Amino acid sequence: MRKLSWFNTLSLTLGFAFLYIPMLILIIYSFNAGKLVTVWSGFSFKWYGELMQNEAFLQAAWVTLKVAVMSSTIATVLGTMAAYVMVRAGRFRGRTLFSGMIYAPLVMPEVITGLSLLLLFIAIGLDRGVLTIVLAHTTFSMCYVSVVVSSRLVTFDHSLEEAALDLGCTGFEAFRLVTLPIIMPAVLSGWLLAFTLSLDDLVIASFTSGPSSTTLPIKIFSAVRLGVTPEINALSTILIGLVTIGVITASLSSKRAIAKKQQDEKGAN
Amino acid sequence: MKRFALISIPYFWLLALFLVPFLIVLKISLSDTELSIPPYTPQLDLAQGWAGVKEWWAALDMENFVWLTEDDLYWKAYLSSLKIAITSTILTLIVGYPIAYGMTRAPDEWRPTLMMLVILPFWTSFLIRVYSWKSILSNEGLLNQLLMNLGLISDPLVILNTNTAVYIGIVYTYLPFMVLPIYSALERLDESLLEAAEDLGCSRITAFWLVTMPLSKQGIIAGSFLVFIPAMGEYVIPALLGGSQTLMIGKVLFEEFFANRDWPVASAVAVVLLLILIIPIVLFQKNEEKQREAGK
Amino acid sequence: MSDAATALAPVFAPWNDPAAEPIIQFKNVTKRYGDFTAIDNQTIDIYPQEFFALLGPSGCGKTTMMRMLGGFETVTEGTITIDGQDMSAVPPNKRAVNMMFQSYALFPHLSVAENIAFGLKRDKMPKDQVEARVEEMLSLVQLNKFAARKPHQISGGQRQRVALARSLAKAPKLLLLDEPLGALDKKLRQDTQFELMDIQEQTGTTFVIVTHDQEEAMTVASRIAVMDHGKIIQVDTPAKIYEEPGSVYVADFIGDVNLIEGNVTKSGDDHATISWASGQQDLIGIAHDEIPTGTRATLAVRPEKVNISTERPEGMTNVIHGKVHDIAYLGNMSTYVIETPSGQLIKAQAANTRRIARRAITWEQEVWLSFTDTAGVVLTS
Repeated sequence: MRKLSWFNTLSLTLGFAFLYIPMLILIIYSFNAGKLVTVWSGFSFKWYGELMQNEAFLQAAWVTLKVAVMSSTIATVLGTMAAYVMVRAGRFRGRTLFSGMIYAPLVMPEVITGLSLLLLFIAIGLDRGVLTIVLAHTTFSMCYVSVVVSSRLVTFDHSLEEAALDLGCTGFEAFRLVTLPIIMPAVLSGWLLAFTLSLDDLVIASFTSGPSSTTLPIKIFSAVRLGVTPEINALSTILIGLVTIGVITASLSSKRAIAKKQQDEKGAN
Repeated sequence: MKRFALISIPYFWLLALFLVPFLIVLKISLSDTELSIPPYTPQLDLAQGWAGVKEWWAALDMENFVWLTEDDLYWKAYLSSLKIAITSTILTLIVGYPIAYGMTRAPDEWRPTLMMLVILPFWTSFLIRVYSWKSILSNEGLLNQLLMNLGLISDPLVILNTNTAVYIGIVYTYLPFMVLPIYSALERLDESLLEAAEDLGCSRITAFWLVTMPLSKQGIIAGSFLVFIPAMGEYVIPALLGGSQTLMIGKVLFEEFFANRDWPVASAVAVVLLLILIIPIVLFQKNEEKQREAGK
Repeated sequence: MSDAATALAPVFAPWNDPAAEPIIQFKNVTKRYGDFTAIDNQTIDIYPQEFFALLGPSGCGKTTMMRMLGGFETVTEGTITIDGQDMSAVPPNKRAVNMMFQSYALFPHLSVAENIAFGLKRDKMPKDQVEARVEEMLSLVQLNKFAARKPHQISGGQRQRVALARSLAKAPKLLLLDEPLGALDKKLRQDTQFELMDIQEQTGTTFVIVTHDQEEAMTVASRIAVMDHGKIIQVDTPAKIYEEPGSVYVADFIGDVNLIEGNVTKSGDDHATISWASGQQDLIGIAHDEIPTGTRATLAVRPEKVNISTERPEGMTNVIHGKVHDIAYLGNMSTYVIETPSGQLIKAQAANTRRIARRAITWEQEVWLSFTDTAGVVLTS
């Protein structure tokens, strides 16, 4: 059993304090009764109430959710296909270009991606709205999905697929009955990643959204550019809360699954 | 046949929505600004056939790129972005390395929790995390309140709307990207190597410099690129935390496009930004490949 | 083990029966990957109900041979037929061949019973028949109690048996086994070898096994094909392979052997004589074909067929003189390494029928080695 030296303890404490204090302050001040966000004037749920009354925010939240669900679902399908192509399809013409197009969007500055997509939509005369945001988000998040899924596929025992073929499956059946169920956790985390990326995105959405399709990040950004508002603090707290619950649940359930597996393996031998 | 469908669907999606748009940017960057819709000329008119292509080609010029070099706003913005990105990458490394190192030294049963604590901010809205610094760094903000109450300063420090605030914002938001690759490099490190180094006469500190650091190099490189590349084109952080004198190219591009509606110049800015980023992007890919190969 | 094999030989030897129809025929099969030739123009016949072993070091092409049978690799040149049917256009899922994978390839998300039922369901077999067949297979491998468990909840040996049951469930004409016991520890491997033979006999399926473990091949196989660099060097029963290897390579690959090089001085009547060192008498071994006098040849003789004595033995044809260089005590027997005056090392094995203190032979002692004229074989390749 290792013991932490004072130096390691200090760096971990300071590091995590740095990561979490700003968010904690945000959360605390969302319950502030006063309008000023830097002066504490009593506990209140006032701003949460105001937020719930704000039609524009609710509308934007709805658009964001729609976009995120649609784009992450399409991105998961396309990204899984792309991962399968990268890991399993072997050599084909244009493979280098293909892998380049998979990796490039991951490191492409958002301003460039946004700008180029907007120019495309204008060139083909596609009106900006929910559809264009979905197309844009799908394109960059499918690349993230494909990276997550292909890292799982690389470690996937190829003989499992061969065994399925050997036992009478067609290629597609082998994928549906064997490969997909086994890589499902990776596909799901790919979906979650795509979903969060879409929920989060400001820059690309700014380029590709139309007047009727303002997303929540665009709304928040235009509100906070002018300064700090307690309503945004309340909204942020809700979002942080949702993510925290999600991440903790996911990590606890995966921890439990690993523990159970270890237990089983111990029992087996 | 099935294989063809499997390959072509994602392939054509990326061609249509990634490569083609980028070619359009390239094309518009070579066009002239015009007060029309769309606000640039010439436009490639394929209905005119080959003559249309020739006419379009003849009217293209490098004017916008010349403009970028003449107006010092642009090259200043590129230089200042480069400076901000490099400085903040170094700062992130200085802050991130001890955290990653501390995590690998922590008892095994803490690690999943520490890992989760590093990843959690990554899932939280980027925008909200940047925004959370506004109330801390402002003149009457919490940091100034704290320092003045402690009597360390008498007048509030001006941090918000300066480059300092931008540095803090970048370090804060990109910290997980630095910590995770370094952590995974350090985690693979066999502890007996350090014991061997000490056995051969190294002190703890020289063992760290001679063994730990070189072996975590890959992680440091990966983390640095993961911070540097997006920081270079960053828009949200300078827009929220920076001031009017904070010049970053992402912000210039955004404003050129939305405020000035100068599409050709915005496109030229984008093309140059990408050219600047190609070198680090290629280096990053090389590093990743090397790591993948080492992993095998 | 060689006793069991020789006892079986007269009962089951279709390869000696000109009327027997082979189930598998490789005809001039070549497999190339780019410039690399994995299998070089090979022809063999395998008969129904055989337990056929492909034996060789890693990279010799044995796995490629098996994967071509399973349909996972295409044949570059030549044909493979199963039951007279050309297999080149038949995909793996349409072949009456099943394979047991080296990694077992058990589907981790399915239970033991579901794994066994997997292939049956693909054949659209009615539900009650599937259940009955799964039950039958579980009994065959004695895993009825574990039907509901997932693969990670059972031990390595049990997983191996599930993989076997799954590949046998569809009652294939031919079962391919890729290093089936490679992942098991030694003790378990030995028990499982006999189980595998029992099951093969019970089901009457033709088995083709790939292995690099010569002991395993000797134990289970009716015939062994020894492979090297994409070629089959020798195909024979285990006893023949051990007792009368056709080449130095086979002699050296299977078991421990003394290789004594010399020049042929006399040949004929199923024997050949070689002169090998000055001051030592010539040695005689089996040679079915006549070898021209003066040919460079190697006498291969197994250490356990070499006698060691402290006095010159009387009436033996083959005698070698030397002194003890090393003794390895192995419990049930000892291996003596003898150095001849010309510097060659020759091994002899003797059973330790007496306690260690009573043994007469010690280091540096002058000894005589002897063996009969049928103990060794004279090889020219």
